[in-house]
Amino acid sequence: MRRDEMRPDNGQVARQQPDPARHNGRRPTAAADRPVLPAEPHPPAVPDRPGDVWDQRIAGGLAFLRRRLAGDYEVDEFGFDPELTEAVFHPLLRRLYRDWFRTEVTGLENVPTDGAGLVVGNHSGTVALDALILSTALHHEHPARRYLRLLGADLVFRMPVVSEIARKTGGTMACNPDAERLLRGGELVGVFPEGFKGIGKLYAERYKLQRFGRGGFVSAALRTGTPIIPVAIVGGEEIYPMLADIKPLARLLKLPYFPVTPTFPWLGPLGMVPLPSKWLIEFCPPIPTAHLVDSADDPLVVFNLADQVRETIQQTLHELLERRPDPFGP
Amino acid sequence: MTPGDSSSHPGVVVVTGVSRYLGAHVAARLVTDPRIERVIGIDLREPSPEVAGLLGQVERIRVDAGSVGGLLADLDVDTVVHLALASAPDQQQGGRAAMKEQNVIGTMQMLAACQRAPRLRKLVVRSSTAAYGASFRDPAVFTEETEPREVPRGGFGRDILDIEGYVRGFRRRRPDVTATVLRFAPFIGSTADTTLTRYFSLPVVPTILGRDARLQFLHFDDALEVVHRSVTEDHPGTYNVAGPGVLALSQAIRRAGRLAVPMLEPGLSGAAALARTMGLGRYGLDQVDLLVHGRVVDTTRLEREYGFTPRSTAAAFDDFIRAHHGRSVVTREQLAAAEQLVLDQIRRVRAAVREQP
Repeated sequence: MRRDEMRPDNGQVARQQPDPARHNGRRPTAAADRPVLPAEPHPPAVPDRPGDVWDQRIAGGLAFLRRRLAGDYEVDEFGFDPELTEAVFHPLLRRLYRDWFRTEVTGLENVPTDGAGLVVGNHSGTVALDALILSTALHHEHPARRYLRLLGADLVFRMPVVSEIARKTGGTMACNPDAERLLRGGELVGVFPEGFKGIGKLYAERYKLQRFGRGGFVSAALRTGTPIIPVAIVGGEEIYPMLADIKPLARLLKLPYFPVTPTFPWLGPLGMVPLPSKWLIEFCPPIPTAHLVDSADDPLVVFNLADQVRETIQQTLHELLERRPDPFGP
Repeated sequence: MTPGDSSSHPGVVVVTGVSRYLGAHVAARLVTDPRIERVIGIDLREPSPEVAGLLGQVERIRVDAGSVGGLLADLDVDTVVHLALASAPDQQQGGRAAMKEQNVIGTMQMLAACQRAPRLRKLVVRSSTAAYGASFRDPAVFTEETEPREVPRGGFGRDILDIEGYVRGFRRRRPDVTATVLRFAPFIGSTADTTLTRYFSLPVVPTILGRDARLQFLHFDDALEVVHRSVTEDHPGTYNVAGPGVLALSQAIRRAGRLAVPMLEPGLSGAAALARTMGLGRYGLDQVDLLVHGRVVDTTRLEREYGFTPRSTAAAFDDFIRAHHGRSVVTREQLAAAEQLVLDQIRRVRAAVREQP
């Protein structure tokens, strides 16, 4: 399975230990990596106390640091660095996911345990935090701890730093060659067909799905025979409620929109703190496409399927909203 | 066009650019192949001292590209291996103008001569993965069919696009000739001396702030193998030739035991220009673009058609590191020792704290 090659235990690390992520639950860099230490044959300066979890954590952290500084890790052809994602980004996002947004996930059984899948969601929230929370949900809650390979707008890959974080966490440019390559490799790919129309909409239009573009995501799924898994995400719209969009300023800064929220830009950097809304994520039953592989170039089939996905997400959004009467509830 | 030629083995092979590193090695390798009747190396210049030793057995003719035509007909040449490309301007050799003259005009004249050579049946042209250009809207992995989205800023990239354009024209006019275009990733290896190996040999390596390009390398010996197979076997078409797998730039620098110094992109372009005018290095916009965008190609077609997989990018880079190991700034052993030292210190402090009541 290609998916397994992406795991952090590949290559250099694999020689030393079986998958630390699986054996060690949420702390991949801790105890399991300890035997990795090259100087371990020497007796430690302080006799180890069994169950000294801090000692193990420190040793694991140092081993991680050494591996990073020596370049002893693997990245895939898209730039995905599973070790860094697992050890740094996911623990940070998990904080946001669990403690700040109190996210509840349903319908995980609709996401395949292995093999390709195209996860299609609604986009919202001025800043695309929903994509990151969705990938955290899949990695944290799914029994196979799947990585979601996100497809991002070219603006993301134009920006220094942001582009590299996106690549290192498994993202790539939203274009058909990349999407199809990932799907052929058996990856779980995440896409938000609304794009900037979705995240840049005003608070008044919350949870109203925008246009779905040209349906490029459907043709990618059709060409590879990959099931489409619609996902509805509730909670993203309230994190930075966008009250107005200063278009001239956006044009000046070459951004798709310039948001005004209750806290931004008034409070400066403090305005970047997302409001603690309550999040619900529901994965809908997969829409199979294997029988439609020949219709990938038939615009009518593509549009109909895109419409079907859009309708499913919109309906599920309404259902979720009924289950969550108070956006900032417990 | 080659009636009576029953064997598929090449008879007279002409290799261009034998004064350069790649050309000299290819010519020296083809000479030792008993299946090849005769190998002739042609070039404008005398071979550089470091490769002159290789060319002992190779027939050499000093000729400029304009008068190659007569030569091809007189010698009954049936295979031309065109490797005479300069990947970076060399101030001693006339700078960018001379580089373009050699790359573009040289290839044009070479192909014009090939078109009129009646017995020619095979043409192998060196190209580069720079043919894909560099743009923020590029897919992550280029297949041979990917069209460049933007004309590259760097001179070498533009030359490559021109060269491939001429080869396309040649293919149309001489469909009977097996034309192979090899798009090589940057060479690396224990002995290769290229712009990129010199870059990774710097003790402090300038990089671009906020960018960590995905890089692919090709081991020099694998490049020789692929050129050799292109001459002795028939592989019409265009092929990406690169080591499978990817190294991030930061990762490569760390593995080489060097220190990365991130710089702002406009600053680095300026510094590269300055260094070039001062004759310090041969870095240009081609290199800056590679470090901003990275470049990864799909090598499935090569592996399928040639039945050959070059050693991986990581393995090729390891070979380079081993050869240049002495000059590492930070070694693996030092890192391991530092790790152990810090761990011991922390344990000692914790033990001391614990012993106090």
